[in-house]
Amino acid sequence: MIWLTWRQFRAQAWAALAVLAVIAIAFGVTGPHLAYLYDASGIPACHAHGDCATLATNFVNELKGLDAVVWFVSIGVLYLAPGLIGVFWGAPLVTRELEAGTFRLAWNQSVTRTRWIAVKLALVGLAAMAAVGLFSLMIAWWASPIDRATGLAASRNGASSVNRLAPLLFGASGVAPIGYAAFAFALGVTAGIVIRRTVPAMAITLAVFAAVQIVMPNWVRPHLITPAHVTTALNTANISQLSTDNNGQMTVTAAVHIPGAWVLSNQTINAAGQAFTGPATKACLSQTASIRACNASLGRLHLRQLVTYQPASRYWAFQWHETAIFLAVALLLAGFCVWWIRRRLS
Amino acid sequence: MIEFYLDSRSGVAPYLQLIQQVRQALRLGLLREGDQLPTVKDVVGRLAINPNTVLKAYRELEYEGLAAARAGIGTFVTATLTDASLAAHGPLRRDLRRWLARARRAGLDDDSIEALFLDTFRSAAGEDIA
Amino acid sequence: MTAVLEARGLGKRYGRLWALADCTLSIPPGHVAGLVGPNGAGKTTLLHMAVGLLQPTSGTIEVLGGQPAAGPAQLARVGFLAQDAPTYAGLSVADHLRLGAHLNPGWDARLAHDRIEALDLNPGQRAGKLSGGERAQLALTLAVAKRPELLILDEPVASLDPLARREFLQDLMEAVAEQQVSVVLSSHLVADLERVCDYLIVLTTGRVQVAGEVEDLLATHHLLTGPRRDPATLPASQHVISASHTDRQTTLLVRTDAPIHDPAWTVSQVGMEDLVLAYMSQAAGSRGRKPALEAQR
Repeated sequence: MIWLTWRQFRAQAWAALAVLAVIAIAFGVTGPHLAYLYDASGIPACHAHGDCATLATNFVNELKGLDAVVWFVSIGVLYLAPGLIGVFWGAPLVTRELEAGTFRLAWNQSVTRTRWIAVKLALVGLAAMAAVGLFSLMIAWWASPIDRATGLAASRNGASSVNRLAPLLFGASGVAPIGYAAFAFALGVTAGIVIRRTVPAMAITLAVFAAVQIVMPNWVRPHLITPAHVTTALNTANISQLSTDNNGQMTVTAAVHIPGAWVLSNQTINAAGQAFTGPATKACLSQTASIRACNASLGRLHLRQLVTYQPASRYWAFQWHETAIFLAVALLLAGFCVWWIRRRLS
Repeated sequence: MIEFYLDSRSGVAPYLQLIQQVRQALRLGLLREGDQLPTVKDVVGRLAINPNTVLKAYRELEYEGLAAARAGIGTFVTATLTDASLAAHGPLRRDLRRWLARARRAGLDDDSIEALFLDTFRSAAGEDIA
Repeated sequence: MTAVLEARGLGKRYGRLWALADCTLSIPPGHVAGLVGPNGAGKTTLLHMAVGLLQPTSGTIEVLGGQPAAGPAQLARVGFLAQDAPTYAGLSVADHLRLGAHLNPGWDARLAHDRIEALDLNPGQRAGKLSGGERAQLALTLAVAKRPELLILDEPVASLDPLARREFLQDLMEAVAEQQVSVVLSSHLVADLERVCDYLIVLTTGRVQVAGEVEDLLATHHLLTGPRRDPATLPASQHVISASHTDRQTTLLVRTDAPIHDPAWTVSQVGMEDLVLAYMSQAAGSRGRKPALEAQR
């Protein structure tokens, strides 16, 4: 059964290896250059924190040309990979045989249906996870100068364009993509078995996977670990947004300075602890008063800033949590597939 | 080696057809003692018929003493249906032709000739038994 | 001796439609059994239940004394050729043989190789590029080379041209002669079954109309022609299968074990095709429909 699974999977395996090879070449070509840039920027040599941070920020912000393209593309591909695996490796796995009728040939060899589906799921699923894991590892190796630089940059002013805990980058780094790949694959196979037609199964897989990838970072992940809170006095020098409306109400928001953190919410609260919605101060309402006068009037309100966030140090905790969840769901789906094939497919 | 054929329209059971063809071949001297009959596999491979049909035909031939199976090798002819009388076929055929010519000159048509022959044949056979 | 296929009250229902109902069969070993019936009669349903692709709704079925597809041992004893001979279009002929070797402990590689050579198939050719007849032969090789005790074939020659059909049956009979394997094959063409089958099952609209050894069936069914007469006046021992009348003459196909003494009848033999057609029209008559059977010569 292992031979047959490999033989049927061969073409897809070669395709995946080709993609990995191309990426490896791109990394191989640009990696040394990137390392050179990093060394040349003086960051490794610097000791004083202040200097390093500036150099690091400059280094990150000045990434351009081939390096930047390779970086963006590789992250994009890593984001797409699990979905593609679900659609092209998962959905057709069983459905192709159902549509062609070849399952009537396969299920009358001297292997039980259970063994047939179990081996297919295990082999291709593990291959998917390995491919994606390898890819993630390659990116981590190649982008290590960037990661180190952003770490340093963040420590100074918290304004980092590369925050790996934030949803944008989280799903394309570390071990989480492995979980996604396993889940997408299992999802594809399940859709195929239930729907029994390849193209609709592919569409459903893509839709469900995309939905999960939207729901997860926005509604589930923030609560996996209880977020931390910090309340500080509103620093009027740091106001990032201020608006007033016709009814005399006003909202104020100040920037957040927590290096590398994933900010979940940033509320301005009054002395009583409730969200501040006004009334607006005269200085801020009037068209003629200066900004400094407005700020001064705000200062007299003794507003505070309540930030709910996940600290940067929890990055790996989140990675393992998320991977574990997706792997568990993948296993459940796989178990369902085995059960369904055994009992119900007639 | 004899090659069998099958007439699917004749209404005669396939196994009987095979037996008839063996007998025919024996009578005409095409099959002789010691000749091997085709293997079951060869016969069904050519005619696309059930092997049991061939087995039944061969068993019947064995029962009649015309053939015998040798385990692992095949089925072989053990008797002949020709005897010294084969030599007499020629003159008998000529006599029969002359009689037929006379019957036609007398005005008998095909069916009358057949009826006359069969009736005489049967009554003569009956006298032989009696 | 254990029957190769034993069904008791077997039935399969889809929604409210019974594709197969009340099927009771006992096919003896060492035979080539033909399952004949028009399209939609339930032949494929019955055969799929025999190989474990379908679960029965009612009744039981046993194949070679065991439950269909119960485990690798049971699967190894039964070779199956599904309708239209499915093969992996992307795999070559040689790949298919490797498939058989890997997935069947009882695989006879020598036999498989010899067959492929005898059939003149190119081992490197992809199955998707083979003709219909060649695909059927490849699928038959896969079924036969695992050395089963029973071969089940679902309409194996239905989509083949006459030459390919004849070659397939020749091949099949050779395999039967060599390996002593029992066969159950279905068809809606009576002529092919006539040559190869010694056990016959007629199936129409999901029900078994008649089943038995061909010899017995042909010996106990007779065609009676005589002056016009009501079939109901016949003795009870003579079961009328089909009847047709003109204003002066009646033709009946009857089944009886006893000899027919009535001198008014002209009694003649019945061929397999007429027998099958008679049973089909009997079934159709009770439903007022004509079955779509092909009688080809």
